[in-house]
Amino acid sequence: MATATAQTATRTAHTALEPRMLRQMLLIRRFEEKAAEAYALGKIGGFCHLYIGQEAVAVGSLTALRDDDYVISSYREHGQALARGVSANAVMAELFGKATGCSSGKGGSMHLFDAGKRFLGGHGIVGGHIPLAAGLGFAIRYKGGDQLCICYFGEAAVNIGAFHETLNMASVYKLPVIFCCENNRYGMGTAFERVAAVTDVVEHACSYDMAAELVNGMDVLAVHAATQRAVERARKGGHPTLLEVRTYRYMGHSMSDPLHGVYRTKEEVEEQRKRDPISQLAMKLKEEGALDQAALDALDAEVHAEVEEAVRFADQSPDPDPAELTTHVLAD
Amino acid sequence: MATLTYRDALNQALREEMQRDPNVFLMGEEVGVYQGAYKVSRGLLEEFGPMRIVDTPIAELGFAGIGVGAAMGGLRPVIEFMTWNFAVLALDQIVNSAAKILYESGGQVPIPIVFRGPNGAALQLGAQHSQAWESWLSHIPGLKVVAPATPADAKGLLKSAIRDNNPVIVLEGEMLYNNKGEVPEGEHIVPIGQADVKRPGRDVTLICHSKTVAVALKAADQLAEREGVSAEVLDLRSLRPLDEPAILASVARTNRAVVVEEGWPHAGLGAQVVDVIQREAFDQLDAPVLRVTQADVPMPYNKQLERLAKASPERVVAAVRRVLYLD
Repeated sequence: MATATAQTATRTAHTALEPRMLRQMLLIRRFEEKAAEAYALGKIGGFCHLYIGQEAVAVGSLTALRDDDYVISSYREHGQALARGVSANAVMAELFGKATGCSSGKGGSMHLFDAGKRFLGGHGIVGGHIPLAAGLGFAIRYKGGDQLCICYFGEAAVNIGAFHETLNMASVYKLPVIFCCENNRYGMGTAFERVAAVTDVVEHACSYDMAAELVNGMDVLAVHAATQRAVERARKGGHPTLLEVRTYRYMGHSMSDPLHGVYRTKEEVEEQRKRDPISQLAMKLKEEGALDQAALDALDAEVHAEVEEAVRFADQSPDPDPAELTTHVLAD
Repeated sequence: MATLTYRDALNQALREEMQRDPNVFLMGEEVGVYQGAYKVSRGLLEEFGPMRIVDTPIAELGFAGIGVGAAMGGLRPVIEFMTWNFAVLALDQIVNSAAKILYESGGQVPIPIVFRGPNGAALQLGAQHSQAWESWLSHIPGLKVVAPATPADAKGLLKSAIRDNNPVIVLEGEMLYNNKGEVPEGEHIVPIGQADVKRPGRDVTLICHSKTVAVALKAADQLAEREGVSAEVLDLRSLRPLDEPAILASVARTNRAVVVEEGWPHAGLGAQVVDVIQREAFDQLDAPVLRVTQADVPMPYNKQLERLAKASPERVVAAVRRVLYLD
């Protein structure tokens, strides 16, 4: 039976982990702020979907995985790439379309890849990558491994047929996949409740006899703990899990969109910012005496420098050679 | 050499490749317990077990995507569509995932996968079940497309497709599965991208593939008997890449060409062949290149109307008479 348990963050000690999570979330935040600046300056083209506000989802979940697990995501994937350990330089250079980017400048913001880190995109069609995650799970099961695949998608993808076809098959074939739905409430400018008959995404797991959990996505430790439980299910019996992680995006859908537009209020965004995942973790660490303001400032400065360096690196990197236009269409 | 049906030639290719490479598996509707909707996978479940012969729900988009994901994970999936008419539901995975991931990853993630199944019309199946998709699929960079006409080519091309490191579309034919022909045993490979002269001739080249090879051969017989015309029948076999040198070499011999295809005329595959000929062999042409296609209508159910809609030897003969200025 599917079990939709209520969110209960297991407050276990994460002594070494928590500072690492704080650093990763800060890095994503500062990276995305810089990306917004670079976009405004015309250094980044096309669509650019920022992750600001959702940092706890990528960081909380990916810190529960092993290096040999697979990660696959939608087009709002800068955060997952960075949390997976793709360097800020390689991600920023990709946004700039440069030869040194993690996809050699051919993918862009929506198609970040790093096969060495088993980070397999960056996919631009809503829901289109969800079956790919099940395929990676199938390959793992076929080879008899104990790895898993985590798949990130927004709540709007839940209305797509690919989501339902995949959850059914992942359950039938018992595939080690974690379906991580980042419910940030809006598919572009459309509130989920306006277009979804069932607004609790976790409820869909019942249709596919799949384990599920509703998670507070503004609490990085809660995300981590829920992911650990899903990891255990995947590694032990190859069972998939649907996680619905309630989060919030502070920015517009993409850089082409206004901050709040007419589909939500400025007040709503400000209210959500009070639950900021980075501030929450920093406050917790301060309360526990594990961090003081000076250390936090130092960490922020360090992350700032890393992002500044990424911009410098991307800016100074060469464009792909014109001959690259026709390479990689077909493999040898 | 053994005489096999087209169906059994495909079966032999699958069996041999699955024996050769443990990463090859077959997935699709009815491929296992039912032994294949058209019995192409007969006996394979018994030999290879359910992990390698995988029955799926009726969910083309989902299982096509699982195939692409499995290819990303290092396997070599063969995805069977009951027909290409149903594969339209999976086009997102073929076009947006399989064909693009290598390029958009900057060459990091190859997708070695085969999508196969019957293409085009059979008999009186109505409009939705009688469509030829080659021009859609051949349009996409990142895909290879083959369309074998004979049992030997079916075996050789499917083996090449499975060993290829790219997504390869294999267009089979419901009306071809029972056709018999000689098939070399064991290691018989037909390289992708090579056309084949199925009948040599001097006066006109009939360029065709898949089911229209039989149409062209029949037309060539009639032309020889009734008109004294020697028609060369060139079977493209691969639609992407096209064997342009073979097309041009034949046209250089005959100076006239008629393209025979199953699909509709507008933006059809034959238009691409005509483009190659007019661009590269303009000075060698003694007449405009004509095309014989399906009528530009959804396929009717009625037997007489369906026969009128399809490319036929009679229409090919009529086109040849025009390029030879016999009318």
